[in-house]
Amino acid sequence: MKHKYDIIVVGGGPAGSMAAKYAAENGADVCLLEKTRDIGYPVRCGEAVGHAGITQFVEMKDTWIAEKINSCTLVSPDGTKLDVPFANETGYILNRRIFDYDLSRIASKAGAQIFTKAHVTGLIYRNNRISGVKVNHIGEEKNIEAKLIIGADGVDSRVGRWAGLKTTVKLRDMEACMQYSVSNIDVKRNNMTMFVGQNYAPGGYLWIFPKGEDFANIGLGISGTYSKQKSAKKYLDEFMDREYPNASIHTSMCGGCPVAYPIKKPVADNIMIIGDAAHHINPVTGGGITPAMKSGMLGGLVAAEAIKKNNVSESFLNKYVKDIDRDFTKRHKTLYKIKEAISKLSDDDINGIASKIDSIPVEKRTLQKVFMSSMIKKPSLVIDVLRVFAGI
Amino acid sequence: MIKIIENKCDYCGTCASVCPKNCINVKEDDIIIDHKSCIDCDLCVYICPIEVLESVNEA
Ligand SMILES: Cc1cc2nc3c(=O)[nH]c(=O)nc-3n(C[C@H](O)[C@H](O)[C@H](O)COP(=O)(O)OP(=O)(O)OC[C@H]3O[C@@H](n4cnc5c(N)ncnc54)[C@H](O)[C@@H]3O)c2cc1C
Ligand code: SF4
Ligand code: SF4
Repeated sequence: MKHKYDIIVVGGGPAGSMAAKYAAENGADVCLLEKTRDIGYPVRCGEAVGHAGITQFVEMKDTWIAEKINSCTLVSPDGTKLDVPFANETGYILNRRIFDYDLSRIASKAGAQIFTKAHVTGLIYRNNRISGVKVNHIGEEKNIEAKLIIGADGVDSRVGRWAGLKTTVKLRDMEACMQYSVSNIDVKRNNMTMFVGQNYAPGGYLWIFPKGEDFANIGLGISGTYSKQKSAKKYLDEFMDREYPNASIHTSMCGGCPVAYPIKKPVADNIMIIGDAAHHINPVTGGGITPAMKSGMLGGLVAAEAIKKNNVSESFLNKYVKDIDRDFTKRHKTLYKIKEAISKLSDDDINGIASKIDSIPVEKRTLQKVFMSSMIKKPSLVIDVLRVFAGI
Repeated sequence: MIKIIENKCDYCGTCASVCPKNCINVKEDDIIIDHKSCIDCDLCVYICPIEVLESVNEA
C-alpha cells in the first residue's frame, strides 16, 4: 500500500469496484479499501438481477449465474398465486460471491490497487480540506492521502457522514432483511416467487429465488416501522416453520435496504458517495446491484476527470450529480412514491387486486397489464400513481 | 443505554445506517457503540433484523 493515491474508494461492493474500474481506466491512480477479508463475502443479497441491467457494464459470465429466470409468481395474502411470464426480460439469480469478486478483478485489471482487511475508520484533513483516510490494515493503523475519497461503503454509510453529507436513513425507509439459503425444498425452477401482505412481510415482501435443483434464497424485508414490533427474523422463521419445516439452512444472514430517495447532496469538496451509501436503490423492489454499478460508473468517470483537471471541488463533482439525475434519480423518486402508495394498501385491497389479475389468462399477462388491472381494482391507487407522474 | 447481546450480531451495518449520531462502528466481526455520543433514541434497537440490541436503564 502506498502513502498517496489520486483516489481512494472505500468499499468493495459493485459500486466501489465499478468506480475504481472507470476511474483507473481513465488515468487516475486508484486504491480500493475493503474492510472484510474477502471481497463478495458475506453475501447480503437475494442476488436477483436483470440481464439488461448488468450488461450495460459487463458481459454476463456463466459462472455468475446460479439460475436463469423467465417468470415470476406473486402470492397475495389469501394465497392466490399469480403467474406472470416475462415478455422480453431475462433475469438471473447470481452467485454474488463470484460476481463481486470478478468485478474487483476487472477493477484491478483496469489499474486499481485493491486491499482487503482494510477498515477505514475516519478521514484526515489538511488546511480544513479532506486529504485522505485513516485505515486499519490487518491490525496496523495508517494514514493514506488522496485528492478524492469515494464512499462506496454500502448501508453503513459512515464515510459520507464524516464529511457532513446526510446519508442517515429514516426508520420507515429502511427495510430490515433476513435471508436463509436453503436446500431440501421443492422449488419452482426459473421462476421467482414473491409473497406480499401483513402476514408475510409488512411494508416489504418475502422472496423465494431458486439457485439450482432444490436450493433457494428465501428471505424477506420489512419496513422499519414494523420491525419495531416484531423482527425480520421472527417473520422469516414463522414462514419457514409453516412452509418448509424440513429445509436445511446453509447460510443465514441479515441486512438492510435503504428504500429511500437518493440523497440530495452526495458530493462535497474532495468527496463523493455512490451506491447504497447514497441510497441508489430501486425503492419498490430493493434491487440495488444495477443502480450501484451505474452510480459507480458515473461517479468513477467524473472522478477521473476531476483528477485530470486538478479540480476536486464540490462544484466540479456536481457533474456526477447531474449525470445520475439524468439517468435514474427521477425514476427512483417516482418509484419511491409508488412504494408509498403500495404501502397504504390493506391485505383486503391486495386480495381484491389479485383476484382481478387472476381473471386475465396467463398467456396475456404482462407486468404492464398486471399493473393496469391493479389500478382498475383500486382507483385510489390510480390517483396516487397519477400524482406520482404529475410530480405532486 | 444500548446493550449489545454477546455473540449474536451478524455485523450487517443496518443499525449504523439509521443511527442519527453516526455512533455505531461495525467492523468485520465486531460492533462498537460510542456511548458518549449516543442519544438513546433506540432506532438501532427497532431496526436490527435479529434483535441483537437492547435498551437498558443505566444503573
Ligand atoms: C437481504 C438483502 C437482499 C437483497 N436482494 C437484492 C436483490 O435480489 N437484487 C438486487 O439488485 N439487490 C438486492 N439487495 C441490495 C444490494 O445488495 C445492494 O444494493 C448492493 O449490494 C449495493 O452495492 P454497494 O456496492 O453500494 O454496497 P455493498 O455491496 O454493501 O458494498 C459495500 C462494501 O463496503 C464495505 N465497507 C463498509 N464500510 C467500510 C469501511 N469503513 N472501510 C472499508 N470497507 C467498508 C463493506 O464491507 C462492503 O463490502 C439486497 C439487499 C439485502 C440486504
Ligand atoms: S443491525 Fe443487528 S445484526 Fe446488524 S450490525 Fe447492527 S446489531 Fe449487528
Ligand atoms: S440509540 Fe440512537 S443514537 Fe444510540 S446508538 Fe442507537 S441509533 Fe445511535
